[in-house]
Amino acid sequence: MPALPNPVLSPLGALKTVLSAEDVARVLDRIAHQIIEKTRGGTDVVLLGIPTRGAHLGRRLAERIANFADVAVGLGVLDITLYRDDLRTRGFRPLGETVEPEGGLDGKLVILVDDVLFSGRTVRAALDAITDLGRPRAVQLAVLVDRGHRELPIRADYVGKNLPTSPDEQVKVSLIECDGVDSVAIVPAARGDNLATTIGTELDSRDSDHDSQDVEQDPDETE
Amino acid sequence: MIKHLLSAEDLDPEHAVAVLDTAARLDAALSGREVKKLPTLRGRTVVNLFYEDSTRTRTSFELAAKRLSADVINFSAKGSSVSKGESLKDTALTLQAMGADAVVIRHSMSGAPRRLTRWVAGSVINAGDGTHEHPTQALLDAYTMRRHLRDGSGDLKGVRVVIVGDVLHSRVARSNVRLLCTLGADVVLVSPPTLLPVGLAAWPCEVSYDLDATLPGADVVMMLRVQRERMTASYFPSAREYSRRYGLDRARVALLDEHALVMHPGPMNRGMEIAAEVADDPRHSVITEQVTNGVSVRMAVLYMLLSGESE
Repeated sequence: MPALPNPVLSPLGALKTVLSAEDVARVLDRIAHQIIEKTRGGTDVVLLGIPTRGAHLGRRLAERIANFADVAVGLGVLDITLYRDDLRTRGFRPLGETVEPEGGLDGKLVILVDDVLFSGRTVRAALDAITDLGRPRAVQLAVLVDRGHRELPIRADYVGKNLPTSPDEQVKVSLIECDGVDSVAIVPAARGDNLATTIGTELDSRDSDHDSQDVEQDPDETE
Repeated sequence: MIKHLLSAEDLDPEHAVAVLDTAARLDAALSGREVKKLPTLRGRTVVNLFYEDSTRTRTSFELAAKRLSADVINFSAKGSSVSKGESLKDTALTLQAMGADAVVIRHSMSGAPRRLTRWVAGSVINAGDGTHEHPTQALLDAYTMRRHLRDGSGDLKGVRVVIVGDVLHSRVARSNVRLLCTLGADVVLVSPPTLLPVGLAAWPCEVSYDLDATLPGADVVMMLRVQRERMTASYFPSAREYSRRYGLDRARVALLDEHALVMHPGPMNRGMEIAAEVADDPRHSVITEQVTNGVSVRMAVLYMLLSGESE
């Protein structure tokens, strides 16, 4: 476990970086090793990344596993938008791409990969989606960050970093593939000058938090 | 997001592309699957309200709604209280009382869907109203073009689309001109002067009376059905003469570029506006694929309209 870097305050005093690029690389190395160890060499393993950032992480883990253990694990992308439980209240969302891994999911050990584990609702949706695609031997979960506040009985098998947060903070994961840099940072809840605005923003962010999913909360989300 | 889809004009470029992209994603997500079903619209009710006969549009909407797990009620004018003289308003209020989340309506009167939006709380989707519009047909046509042209990049800017035939009675032509214009394509209407509507000068397209001159360089040739049932006067001397001048036969197909697509919204009058051998020619004709694509596009429309409404 790499040592926690000192929290760095950005010039705005808002963004608190908790994992640097080197930390992210080390964490992914570790998860790759853990996957190899826990799955006895990585045979029959299929990594399923949840777009957008989970898909990039899945690709990186597959590369690392191939380097460390010389096995080619299956790799796929699973968009879970159509399985979400909040489509009625959150409105239209564009769909991400789904790439079924070669050889399908039947009898495989599927490892879901996502960037942040929060309420657990994304994972629930992913489990439903997997059921429609095939019947894996088992399903496990790997996440870069576990920030707590689960709303469902779900836990991760591989965790990059446990990050205690308050519910109205946001966790911002940046990856080179889509953000140009690797890092994990905490964005504090917006601060107001008086109590009324504080409560107002808190309620707002609560509302947008409802069902999870820091991925979708990223302010710079572009897809 | 928009609530109703009454006209191709309801879609700005951003929305139109969103629908088409969503349809492509849905297509990709469901292809190769054994269970072609998604839980997205579970517990929602979609009513197909068809006052006019239809095969592909109604079944296409039904299949689209069912693939998204919505409950579907099919309601056709025959065999319902409409044949006892119930008005559109009373039928609408009945549907409203039953809690329909979306009403897909086809009606012989232009503007009936817009009227319906005043009486039902859910979304209204125009599946063809009189000689006015048929927006989902235009969307599936555009989707089919995107799949085949420009190496599938999805960009229809500058694509040359020739729409041939009975423009006057064609809701398909109206919706297509609007949507294709939104997407940046160039549209040419080819028709006998008697089958062109008034006010055409305001349409964002070219007009020609000479089919042979427009075929070279066209990316798409869309043939329209000669709508005998709507013709109250004689618009051309004989079927034979129409077919000679405006029908797509083998000789005319030879004028087309290699990559050009032949489309038809169906149902076809084989031998009238299109020769049977042209309709079945796999080098150019994408007519059966249009039907397949209709399901994906209508799923995308239902997803967009029904997931968007929030309180």
